[in-house]
Amino acid sequence: MFKEFKFFPEQASTLAGEVDLLFYFLIAVSVFFSSLIFFLIYVFAVRYRRRSEDEKPQQIPGMLKLELAWSIIPLILTMIVFVWGATIYFDSYTPPKDAMEVYVVGKQWMWHIQHPTGQREINELHIPVNQPVKLTMATEDVIHSFYVPAFRVKKDVVPGRYTTMWFEATKTGEFHLFCAEYCGTKHSAMIGKVVVQEPAAYQDWLSGGTQNEPLEVIGEKKFQQFACQTCHADKPNSRGPSLVGIFGESIKLQNGQSVVVDEEYIRESVLEPNSKVAAGYKPVMPTFKGQVSEVSLLQITAYIKSLAKGGSN
Amino acid sequence: MSEASATVHTTHEQTFVSKYIISFDHKMIGKQFLMYGLIMLLLGGALALMVRWQLAYPEKPLPLIGASENYLENSEVTTFMDGLWDNWLSQDSDDQNWLTKRMPVGIITPAFYNALFTMHATIMVFFVVMPILVGAFGNFLIPLMIGTKDMAFPALNMLSFWVAVIAALIMMAGFFVPGGHAATGWTGYPPLSSDPTWTGVDWGQNLWCISLIVLGVSSLMGSINYITTILNMRAPGMTLMRMPLVIWSLFIVAILLLLALPVLTSALAMLVLDRLAGTTFFNIEGGGDPLLWQHLFWFFGHPEVYILILPAMGIASEIIPVFARKPIFGYKAMVYAMASLAFLGWIVWGHHMFQSGMNPTLGATFMISTMVIAVPSAIKTFNWLGTLWGGNIKFSIPMLNSIAFVSMFVIGGLSGIFMASNAVDIFIHDTYFIVAHIHYVVFGGSIFGIFAAVYYWFPKMFGRMMNNKFAHIHFWISIVAFNCTFFPMHILGVGGHMRRIYNPMQYEFLQNFEGMNIFITLSAFVLGFGQLIFLYNAFYSAFKGKKAEDNPWKANTLEWSAPTPPPHGNFLTPPTVYHGPYEYSVPDMEEDFLPQIEKR
Repeated sequence: MFKEFKFFPEQASTLAGEVDLLFYFLIAVSVFFSSLIFFLIYVFAVRYRRRSEDEKPQQIPGMLKLELAWSIIPLILTMIVFVWGATIYFDSYTPPKDAMEVYVVGKQWMWHIQHPTGQREINELHIPVNQPVKLTMATEDVIHSFYVPAFRVKKDVVPGRYTTMWFEATKTGEFHLFCAEYCGTKHSAMIGKVVVQEPAAYQDWLSGGTQNEPLEVIGEKKFQQFACQTCHADKPNSRGPSLVGIFGESIKLQNGQSVVVDEEYIRESVLEPNSKVAAGYKPVMPTFKGQVSEVSLLQITAYIKSLAKGGSN
Repeated sequence: MSEASATVHTTHEQTFVSKYIISFDHKMIGKQFLMYGLIMLLLGGALALMVRWQLAYPEKPLPLIGASENYLENSEVTTFMDGLWDNWLSQDSDDQNWLTKRMPVGIITPAFYNALFTMHATIMVFFVVMPILVGAFGNFLIPLMIGTKDMAFPALNMLSFWVAVIAALIMMAGFFVPGGHAATGWTGYPPLSSDPTWTGVDWGQNLWCISLIVLGVSSLMGSINYITTILNMRAPGMTLMRMPLVIWSLFIVAILLLLALPVLTSALAMLVLDRLAGTTFFNIEGGGDPLLWQHLFWFFGHPEVYILILPAMGIASEIIPVFARKPIFGYKAMVYAMASLAFLGWIVWGHHMFQSGMNPTLGATFMISTMVIAVPSAIKTFNWLGTLWGGNIKFSIPMLNSIAFVSMFVIGGLSGIFMASNAVDIFIHDTYFIVAHIHYVVFGGSIFGIFAAVYYWFPKMFGRMMNNKFAHIHFWISIVAFNCTFFPMHILGVGGHMRRIYNPMQYEFLQNFEGMNIFITLSAFVLGFGQLIFLYNAFYSAFKGKKAEDNPWKANTLEWSAPTPPPHGNFLTPPTVYHGPYEYSVPDMEEDFLPQIEKR
């Protein structure tokens, strides 16, 4: 009936073992308590079933010690689970500094993936093994959810913002990639795979593609196509601030607050330019909402990021 | 029946319409809600079985419907399926009827499948469990158990039922509009739900919103009525801490309804405006945010879960002492546990959104508040066990169903901890593990609570006993088939089987689960058809069952001191209450029960 049945999907990321360990602990706790309760119900059912109509049981209105015990023990157990789970959660949330970046855009009903080196894939993600990978994700239409069971990771992509996730694959091979958030008629056909390769094989794959222009170069073209450089030129007295070297830095805003320039801030500045204007500039930039796609936005972002590394305009 | 004597207390003549249709009598309104819920249960169950058919035998013609001569020969099915995936949108030629459009060749289309699971959940949550637990038993029990003649606002009560009927009719209409019924899941996440382009569903979704808004009005009327009645109309001596636990649960639920439903209603209103009037509450183009809906929906949605389970807890707390012939263990602890569940229900909604990209500090906050729910749940469970401990237990049919409720709630409650624990939840979110959990709580919990309540209060409602043999057959079929249906879903979920997918066989790694999916579906059909025994028993016994005594279970609470069935106005003399509701087996007394109206 069950051909090669496995309880968990394969463990193929650094996170998988940790999540499964907590999972097994929870199963142990659940099996213990449900067995205890079912055993007690069974024993009481046999021991105390009615034998005669007029037999009168002793009244027990309550028992403080017992009640305290069954309040405090579950509390302690759940707090253990909380601390344990929260530790994994915080670790799984913050990507390591050396993580390789990949950009993902979900749309009905496919995953569009861009590598910094310019490779683009549909419903496939090639990554090297033993290398942390950070995904920056957006959606063109509805909410989707990037789900790789073997990595024990899942993150929604939500319109209007970037979400990020990271993982480090520990095994080479092909792993299933799904959309876990119901996203319309052909939701169940939104199927892909993650291909984890040895670093050498991955390099081969990188150089083998047809699209070999790095993402930042495509981004620079888009930057010019939308005429961004007319205002954001790297010279004094431009209408807009220079974008050289700003990525990852904290900048001052017109209203006196400051903000760290990250993907989300760039996205917001393109789509809602007047919401967080840099200090010393006027809110004159028009919105590019509806003109620039999520895919192009990510390319432009990659270009601005590359400027931080010492590139020039 | 020569019931001329029963009209002693009514001064006005009752016509058929005023007695059975536009009734102001809380007992009749309770029965109306029960009937309403049971009819919708049939529909919701049928939808579930169609979903199960598709999951076990994907893209195979449905039995009966598929065999009808309106459809193609079986050999043509494969050719047809090849075209279906590419052309699902263009199938609106006029020569198709309702059936052939949704199930061409008897095969459920992806679009119809999505409407099926959406409507199954919507109907079961809003039109079955809520009307039966809150509408039927709330109405029937509150005035009888606190010892008063009727609800505080009988006309509002009548209106509450008929508004609920209107809501149901609007919801049903959705099945027949072009584009099909709402297909965004019962959670209706925008932008999928806020823009017809994404699903191809137009008026189906609008009617879904409008129906739930109307239903919200009905629930609001009910909850105001319950709160007012319980606070102001208790019989002399019925202090709050002498109230039966089921009344406590309904009181707490009424407060939850009063505070939670307006949140849903306003979210739905925004959604309708986004769809019809071009507003952008949930649309990023106009500065809206789809996450706003998730916050509003789950701010309503988590208290809603307690609205579904608390009355069932109250019912079990009512029935277990009666058949253990012992006082409930820790009455006050039970009340406080229910109150704290209700309170905690307000601060845990974020655990439905762990993967929406919230700040981990906020995620951890929701995680800890959710974890704490284990404590009141454990208190309740162990108090029920404490009540059984040392009792004189009679395994009557209401008792069996109550114990089933406790056991299934234990499984559903423990599987909840997996979801509270963030790191694990991220893995199992949106998989069948969640489906297993919700069904252990809402079917294993609420529906077994409903069975227990119907068997227990049926004699008082209809003056007749339900058939015991049928009841036992129904119970054993239900408990076995229920576990065979829903327990394997945990395993599916851990294996990575997502919910809301049309065809699991499309996924290579889910093909191992085909056998399990077939097993679940067969069990679900047994479970579904087993419920027909229950419905038959209820309808047959209401007319032909054995006549019931006034107090067949020898229980203490006030409704058993009223005549059977209670006349208009309920009590022959207004009752006075002398003690709490669970005085069973008082030492030095001849009887092992002591009705609340009798002095010790």
